[in-house]
Amino acid sequence: MSVPTRTIVLWCPDWPIFAACRELGLDPALPIALTESGVVYACSAAARHDGVARGLKLREAQYRSPALTVLDYDAAVDVRLFEPVVREVETTVPGVQIVRPGMLAMRARGPARYYGGEDAAAQALLDTMAGLGVPGARVGIADGPFAAEQAARAARATAVGIVAVGASAAFIAPLPVGLVTDARTTTLLNRLGVRTLGEFAALPEADVRRRFGAAGAFAHDRAAGREQTGVMARTPPPEFEVLQEFEPPLDRIDQLAFAFRVRAEEFIDRMRAKRLVCTGIRVELDDERGGHSSRSWLHPQWFTPADVVDRVRWQLQGTGTADAGLASPIVRLRVVPERIDSTGNHEAGLWGGGPDERVHHGLTRVQSMLGHDGVVTASIGGGRMLADRQVLVPWGDRAPEHTADRAAGAPWPGSLPALAPASVFRERLPIRLVGDDGASVAIDDRGAISTPPARFAVGGDGESPVRAWAGPWPVVERWWDAEHAKRVHRFQIVDHDGCAWLLVRDGDGWWAEARYD
Amino acid sequence: MTAPLAPAESPSRVDELQARIRGMQATRLDSKAVPTHPVFEQVLPGGTLREGTVVSVEGSTTLLMALLAGPSASGRWVAVVGMPDFGVEAADRFGIDLERLVLVPDPGRQWLTVVAALADVIPVVAARAVGRVAPAEASRLSARLRQRGGVLLVTGEWPGSDARLGVESSRWHGLGAGHGQLSDREVVVSAGGRGEFGRRARSRLRLPDRALGFRVADAATTTDARSSREPVRLDDYERPAS
Repeated sequence: MSVPTRTIVLWCPDWPIFAACRELGLDPALPIALTESGVVYACSAAARHDGVARGLKLREAQYRSPALTVLDYDAAVDVRLFEPVVREVETTVPGVQIVRPGMLAMRARGPARYYGGEDAAAQALLDTMAGLGVPGARVGIADGPFAAEQAARAARATAVGIVAVGASAAFIAPLPVGLVTDARTTTLLNRLGVRTLGEFAALPEADVRRRFGAAGAFAHDRAAGREQTGVMARTPPPEFEVLQEFEPPLDRIDQLAFAFRVRAEEFIDRMRAKRLVCTGIRVELDDERGGHSSRSWLHPQWFTPADVVDRVRWQLQGTGTADAGLASPIVRLRVVPERIDSTGNHEAGLWGGGPDERVHHGLTRVQSMLGHDGVVTASIGGGRMLADRQVLVPWGDRAPEHTADRAAGAPWPGSLPALAPASVFRERLPIRLVGDDGASVAIDDRGAISTPPARFAVGGDGESPVRAWAGPWPVVERWWDAEHAKRVHRFQIVDHDGCAWLLVRDGDGWWAEARYD
Repeated sequence: MTAPLAPAESPSRVDELQARIRGMQATRLDSKAVPTHPVFEQVLPGGTLREGTVVSVEGSTTLLMALLAGPSASGRWVAVVGMPDFGVEAADRFGIDLERLVLVPDPGRQWLTVVAALADVIPVVAARAVGRVAPAEASRLSARLRQRGGVLLVTGEWPGSDARLGVESSRWHGLGAGHGQLSDREVVVSAGGRGEFGRRARSRLRLPDRALGFRVADAATTTDARSSREPVRLDDYERPAS
């Protein structure tokens, strides 16, 4: 039987909390909890001190720690922020396996020889972590990754836990059996009187395999310190991101776009050489005053160098025009590929793409004239007010996620009947609607009108008689939320020229929401 | 033929005459038809929009949507330029496929360039004309449309459009004095222009009808001389003038 690989495990406790705090600029010393589907996924030391634990329901956690800051757990943030850590550790010790974000495993033999002892190697790793500003990292060294992880967890004050060669089985023996088996098996083993890893390891191997199958045999190996899995070092992924520093800083968009063109071509060519295409990028810009702007851009097909330059331009441009100067000169520009795919999945057909590809090229041309938001596609979302119901998405982007839960087909009490107005005003027009006596039509709390509408005028135009009208139809939205609550009354009227209008009465007065023209 | 025309009627007469001549001088081969909603059978000559034409549409967004609905239903892309108030939900209910609808709400001063760029790839473009369009630019764009087989629907001033559709009057039904709700509308659509559109025709249409579709209100289609479906012959025209 082979001897388990001597392994170093580097562990950053509470990595999800640390990552979330760094991403959002919070202080990790505060009580913070990350939740996933309603239960606590991770919590900070302060929260743990208050009694918050993993797996607790959100309500219970808030009860135990009233000052708790609750955030949604985002696995992508964990991984993204861990990546620079891994890269830095790889310069100290090569051949690193990512067990999960926050935990790394590596073979001990090489580093121990290089640094002159396991203790010195562990110290070198801790120095690296301290250099990255990651607090409280711990190192465990033992036979096999599992034992090394337990050694790292057991090392509290010293931050380094080393289990001597051959002593791993004895070291893990007093630990609870639940560390190697799933919840059901743990319960069963506990009922059988097997509570520690040592007791589990003492069971005959053949019996464990017969009773618990392959998974049980694997757990039994781990518990007995005969772990077969070694360290699977990752191959560092190829670097595609490009970084360009501008010295002196550039303050014009066209200058910057021109300066970046060559790097953009390099960026795409490097991916093409690996037979990859990029369908999503993140553009990060730093200006002279320390401002930072970061935004993800998607592409309906794949990025060409010109597309990348366009995205950089649009991000700088915001709503201004291309020849406008920038508020602050740009010193650094970084483009990171976010979505990469094999070219095989994006091969054009033998006879070129379909007609839609032509449309795409035409629309991209218009976009490069007017900016990313200049060309939009429309879909229908949910809501009561007409402007809420039309969802406009720039060409190439996906519809925002929150539109999915505001389904258009859901019943929206107070929304309009099937006939939809052909013109929906982006900004409501101020109008006047008056009765016979010339006083503006008012609606009281019970929804009764003061006088039937008789004359109607848009903006400053002259008044014309109202031919037909109906209303008021009340629309009450978000009454439970004082800040966003909305209570309006709708009217349909037909004016003298035979044109129909949809009017809205809110606290400020009368408005035209839409026109049936 | 030698007698001079009466001075009062001469300008309109000359216009009409020129329109007839232009209509007969259409030397290009018969252009292809763009599928159009059947409601326009009486309104447009031949019942359809022709590729390469510029049509002015005045006074009604619903009329514009009705013109877009036919091509969209037949799988063509449509684009709407410079109309930030275009009601997407109405467009969807009237049969325009939102998957193949592109909006450019704020083209700004470059709107003509945007229309030209879109006309290259999108067969039916609706645009709001802003400011004055130079006749040279307009004819350049129509040449492009003819080459690409596109249709341009314009609201606003456009020099030399092939046809002109407008809403003369509209009557809504379903709404009373304090009760009911808008259900359908009867409009009188007038069509005119040059070439085969030479005669002014009026049709009563339901835009929209009760089922959110488009329908011809009744069969009474009035034209001021004879049916627009009838072929025009020069001698036929000259008889009353001489």
